[in-house]
Amino acid sequence: METAAPNQPDVPARLAVLARAAAHGTGRPCDCAGGLLRVLADRADGTVVRHGALVAKAHAPDTDPEGHRARLALAAHPSVAGIFLPPLPLPLRPAGGRGTGDDGTAAEVAGRPVTVWPYGPPVDPENPEAAPWEEAARLLALLHRTPPPRALPAPLPAMRAPVKAALAVDRMRGTAPDHPAAATVLRAWRTVPGARLVPAPRDRFLCHGDFHLGQLVRDARDPVHRPWRLIDVDDAGLGDPAWDLARPAAWFAAGLLPADVWSRFLGAYRAAGGPAVGADPWDRLDVPARALTVQTAALALAKSTAEGRPLDEVEEVMIDTCVRIAGNRTDPAPPAST
Amino acid sequence: MQCPKCHAAMHTYNRNGVQIEQCSGCRGIFLDYGELEALTRLESQWVQQAPPAPPAAYPAQPAPAAPAWGAPQHGGHHGGHHRQRGFGRMLFSS
Repeated sequence: METAAPNQPDVPARLAVLARAAAHGTGRPCDCAGGLLRVLADRADGTVVRHGALVAKAHAPDTDPEGHRARLALAAHPSVAGIFLPPLPLPLRPAGGRGTGDDGTAAEVAGRPVTVWPYGPPVDPENPEAAPWEEAARLLALLHRTPPPRALPAPLPAMRAPVKAALAVDRMRGTAPDHPAAATVLRAWRTVPGARLVPAPRDRFLCHGDFHLGQLVRDARDPVHRPWRLIDVDDAGLGDPAWDLARPAAWFAAGLLPADVWSRFLGAYRAAGGPAVGADPWDRLDVPARALTVQTAALALAKSTAEGRPLDEVEEVMIDTCVRIAGNRTDPAPPAST
Repeated sequence: MQCPKCHAAMHTYNRNGVQIEQCSGCRGIFLDYGELEALTRLESQWVQQAPPAPPAAYPAQPAPAAPAWGAPQHGGHHGGHHRQRGFGRMLFSS
């Protein structure tokens, strides 16, 4: 969970008005059951409110407008129709927000860009055995194999996975510099070669940029098959597709994701022709998995310090993994710049 | 006792009757003479006592490759508790 946005208490309420207008049009009656109207997330980097069959999302206040336009157009592009859930049209005159722009996609609430999407049931946190690891791997492989669309309204930016790792370390430095484990996390970070944090010319693959199981929902618009789809294009873009496998890889390496589940995930990715890894998957995964471990550990220190609590058991495992990373450098390469 | 590597304090833990010292800073572990052998003996006893694996639906797969810094893979050691909590975390961005 990211930090809440304490200065914008009205964002969920204003988003709810917009979601209602998107679902029914302004001034029309709403017969949605009360249980279908709710705030699904309220964080500084994303507030999501459901209204019946759709959700409205307020993106981060510092969202880059050009990049956002390109990412939104990507999600709507026919070439990823079976991979990403596509955006829905905004209401023409959203109450409590600025009007729709010329391209029908620009609107904002409290200075944050707003989008509307179909609601999809997420992965059941109570039922790990039913988690769709193979389907997740297949969707990522399909995404990575899709040639980047040419005719987007703005150039598709780099995917943000490496930036997010660096930002997490910055946040730890800023808010938990004196935590006893901070030095360990920084030592692990220094084994991540800075060269892998910037896209190389070969890294022109479509990437999700922040893949985890929370980024999968069922597409309820197809009530028979209810296929799984990827959501959240806020970090998507061009890059090295190994970063999209890095979080499960990091959890496997930490001993938290069982080996058989990791094998299923990687096997399904390969079977679907995913290009991120070769014969030895760790040739490409080693550095991104280190970075995701450091990111997770750094945010654990930042959040536990902010909440005034000790690290929990899973967070301790990530720090222990940072200890092993720090003692096992990658090949000689320039250290990470920060 | 001080860690010979990073000089932070070492804490003593008892693992199945074996005293080990772990550093609070770098988390290195200090073993006295004979303690490694004692731990190895205990582990082999644990493996022998473990119940037979349930019949697999598929032929047993070789363990997947892991990075040099990966956690030691103890088939089954990381039981349901870690797994369940870890799973919940994998549903969230971090």
